[in-house]
Amino acid sequence: MPGGTSLNTRQRTTLVAAACLVFSLAASVAALRRVDRIRPGAPLEDALYVTSPNIVKRASLGYNGLMACIYWTRAVQYFGERHFAGMGSYNDLAPLLEIATHLDPQLAVVYHFGASFLAPKPPGGAGEPVRAIQLMEYGIQNNPNDWHLYYDLGFVYYTELKNYPKASEAFARGAAIPGAHLSLRILAARMAEHGGDIETARILWTETLESNNDGQIKANAAEHLRGLKVDEDVIHLQDAIAKFEQQTGRLPITMFELVSAEGIAGIPEDPDGSAYLLTLDGHIQLQHPDDFPFATRGFPPGYKAPIRPTFHVKF
Amino acid sequence: MSARIVHIATNTFREAVRDRVLYNLIAFALLLSGASILVGQISIDIERLVVINLGLTAVSLFGIVIAIFIGIGLVSKEIEKRTLYTVLSRPVRRWEFIVGKYFGLAGTLVVNTFFMAIGVFGALLYVSHKFVASDASVFVALYFIILEFLVICSLSLLFSSYSSPLLSAVFTFSLFVIGSFAGDLRGFAGMAQGITHWLALGTSYLVPNLSAFNVITSVAHGQSVPAQLILQNTLYAFFYSAMALSGAVLIFERRNLK
Repeated sequence: MPGGTSLNTRQRTTLVAAACLVFSLAASVAALRRVDRIRPGAPLEDALYVTSPNIVKRASLGYNGLMACIYWTRAVQYFGERHFAGMGSYNDLAPLLEIATHLDPQLAVVYHFGASFLAPKPPGGAGEPVRAIQLMEYGIQNNPNDWHLYYDLGFVYYTELKNYPKASEAFARGAAIPGAHLSLRILAARMAEHGGDIETARILWTETLESNNDGQIKANAAEHLRGLKVDEDVIHLQDAIAKFEQQTGRLPITMFELVSAEGIAGIPEDPDGSAYLLTLDGHIQLQHPDDFPFATRGFPPGYKAPIRPTFHVKF
Repeated sequence: MSARIVHIATNTFREAVRDRVLYNLIAFALLLSGASILVGQISIDIERLVVINLGLTAVSLFGIVIAIFIGIGLVSKEIEKRTLYTVLSRPVRRWEFIVGKYFGLAGTLVVNTFFMAIGVFGALLYVSHKFVASDASVFVALYFIILEFLVICSLSLLFSSYSSPLLSAVFTFSLFVIGSFAGDLRGFAGMAQGITHWLALGTSYLVPNLSAFNVITSVAHGQSVPAQLILQNTLYAFFYSAMALSGAVLIFERRNLK
């Protein structure tokens, strides 16, 4: 090597090979990106090739626990992708959850969150409350001492099916388990007597808010509580309007008139601090109805809620 | 144990290390640390479960692959390289050679499992920020995995003592798969009648019942493992390995090495 500066054959080969490697890698990435552009937005196809829990269990060669975690993660990803893409169908969700629980019947998280994915109507969920109940019953069968499962079961009966006797029964079964949260006993009793009232709903959602650690579930519960507050306010204000009309023979013209006549403290505001509107035909309306996806009252005539509700409370 | 067995075992261990078997630890570390960080972002509420399930499953599968692929070459490689003749020309008996090889491979797997166990507990501490009493059951699961390796090692050595490496790998892997279904085979025997019943029952006891060693899922849920199970599994692994090793010795003693 004259002067010791020029490279020997081996070093040259190393340099050329390293350069080729880096270049080829960069080129393949660039080519793949072009392919992605040519085939834009590969559709989120349903791709559950094996639907039988027994076959998946056999194929896992005894490593069921890991396979159950993989299927649960697939279920979360599947639900998340479709939910955020605003797609209304969740055909593979129930099979994914059933496979996960069959592989590991003690994977409590699947029953807990699975029910809240499966039961609500689209777009919030898959709209399959009956399968959610089957999932919960399978969970209870395999984990009879976990009171949370009875709570979740009662919750589905209450929120999605409005089946108050069944909800009461589920809460009562859960309340009988040693160490169960006291609220189950209260919920069982209230459900039996006042299934449909706001106070019962408030107890249920408050319990959900306080007993969960997951930010998404807490946000959902908080939004429901905001919706309940709006419902309660609108009912009170509509009562006040009816009373005003009874006393004066006409509808109040302004909110100020209604407030003064009925002795209401200040101009009533929604949970965000915006004043409720009084329409000329005597109805109470929200200024920003999109901000209360779970309220059932206070909407303008013909109002259509956004497909994807926006949560305003973050945890 | 005779000094000759210890020497053969030590050399087998050294050879495995020289063959870069322990490099699998790097892949294991990457897998586990990647999963620990990633799973919290792509799933809900299963970080701990994934670390235990994935960690122990990886320990088991990595070890089984090593047991099979090192085990199948233990005898044939020595014949191919003609080093076996040098060893056997010294005052080393054939059975000592087989037993020494077995302990060498088993030792490699125990060392490998030890480092992987450190990785599993490290990842567990990363996701949970603390250890709880039920984590002690993870040690039992690791112990059972080592028992599983002992059985697989003995089987790969048994096949290696008379067959080619390729066929040994196929036989051992097949037995690993069948062993995972041994419980089903016994269930089938229960339903069958006459000679089929006895054939199925006999086969179910002849193949290794590897599902007996698998407590990963229950350990991941923090359940304890009964002491009786630990004792009986230890006895089962000991006797099954002894059976397979005896078979290997019997075959190797009679094998014509010319």
